[in-house]
Amino acid sequence: MSAGASDGAELKFRDPGRAHELTTALARLVQSLGRAPVTLMHVCGTHEQAIARFGLRAGLPPALHVIMGPGCPVCVTDLCEVDEGVALALQGVRIATYGDMVKLPGSSKSLADAQAEGAQIEVVYSATQAVELARASDRPLVFFASGFETTAVATAAILLAQPPANFSVLSAHKYVPPAMEAVARLPEARVEGFLAAGHAAVITGYGLFEDFARRHRTPVVVAGFEPLDILAALVKLLEMIRDGEHSVANAYPRCVTREGNRRAQESLWRVFQAVAGPWRGIGVIPDGNLQLREEWAALDARRRFRIDVSGLKQATQSELSRRCLCGKIMVGLVEPTDCPLFGRECLPDSPVGACMVSSEGTCKIWHQYGGRPDLGGTS
Amino acid sequence: MCLGIPGKVIGIDGMEATVDFFGVRRLVRLDVVDEPVALGDYVLNHVGFAIRRIPESEVAETLRLFAELAAAGDDQDLLAADLRAELAATQEGKK
Repeated sequence: MSAGASDGAELKFRDPGRAHELTTALARLVQSLGRAPVTLMHVCGTHEQAIARFGLRAGLPPALHVIMGPGCPVCVTDLCEVDEGVALALQGVRIATYGDMVKLPGSSKSLADAQAEGAQIEVVYSATQAVELARASDRPLVFFASGFETTAVATAAILLAQPPANFSVLSAHKYVPPAMEAVARLPEARVEGFLAAGHAAVITGYGLFEDFARRHRTPVVVAGFEPLDILAALVKLLEMIRDGEHSVANAYPRCVTREGNRRAQESLWRVFQAVAGPWRGIGVIPDGNLQLREEWAALDARRRFRIDVSGLKQATQSELSRRCLCGKIMVGLVEPTDCPLFGRECLPDSPVGACMVSSEGTCKIWHQYGGRPDLGGTS
Repeated sequence: MCLGIPGKVIGIDGMEATVDFFGVRRLVRLDVVDEPVALGDYVLNHVGFAIRRIPESEVAETLRLFAELAAAGDDQDLLAADLRAELAATQEGKK
């Protein structure tokens, strides 16, 4: 709890006057809507990090709830996907993966557990580094790839750049727009507006959300990561709700365009197709998983290896994981502090649920920045 | 992991660019960048790939938050840690 937002020095706005204007506007807008509370959802771990780090919730009117939805790709990696990685590793196949994936619990084991049993797990920061590991030896290497579309683009580019024959990919890549769709359909979520993730939108473009906004009669604002960017985007969302505008606004024009990065999209969809697949704690999301296309079968670990996960399944869940609220936290129905395990049995060093594992998980972020990161503010 | 990091292009060799990130020189891939890049351009990079050429008029604004985070040395700061991971995702220059 070293970086608690209750410390006034943490609230570093480059323009405090502007921050005050924006929070005043938020209070006025919420009041003018004449109903409370108003719930807005963002779907990006980096947004949550910025909101917590800069103590933004402290300045929000009490009747405005800004919650995080399914915005952590590691957290939504399903148990069965972890099981596949663990099974491959225990079969003696060398695995390269992003650091946050190592501690992520599977049905009975994590990759860290497999490593303790002698499996070879390499942590990489990029797909390029995984390819280099493959080039350095003749043995098979599987890149267990996680991340939303922004990160999947890098995996696609690596496959398009002719990786060595001993390299293959076990894809746990996920596609965010269908998950927003799933949350928007949850009647109990009552989300009145969405902040779309800035850097995912760099790839897809904001035009992608126009149909979503119309169908769900819910405005969408693309937001950047500066504290003032986020506050400005929230003001815009409330204005759109007030005016009944069911469309998309781009509050991050310096990085996001309507059509997005065409070249990246082309690479992404040449390699991947969106298919229905399970998201941990949430369920099957239609078009939510990014699977390698048939043409890439030779580089698809699922087609290349016989992966037997049967030994990893457990008949019953442990007592602790039954009490874990990650699933509800990831769709914004409850907050980390509502979970009886948060900060007690469930800690970053000994996580019970996925949200405490990743640096983009709501629980880990709240834990790191000081419990419920909005209680200390006075502005 | 979705953060990205901006940097200035100071060398280009085919699909690879040398990029200066707040004083640290690294190699990034240009395979999926949205516009052709030239020396002196700023690009936003994610897991070792440039994904966006940042328009010149927007560079200063984009760099502000990242410069502040790059200066934060606290291990407990998840945003700063993700920024360091983005840097670690780029390749060291060939000597």
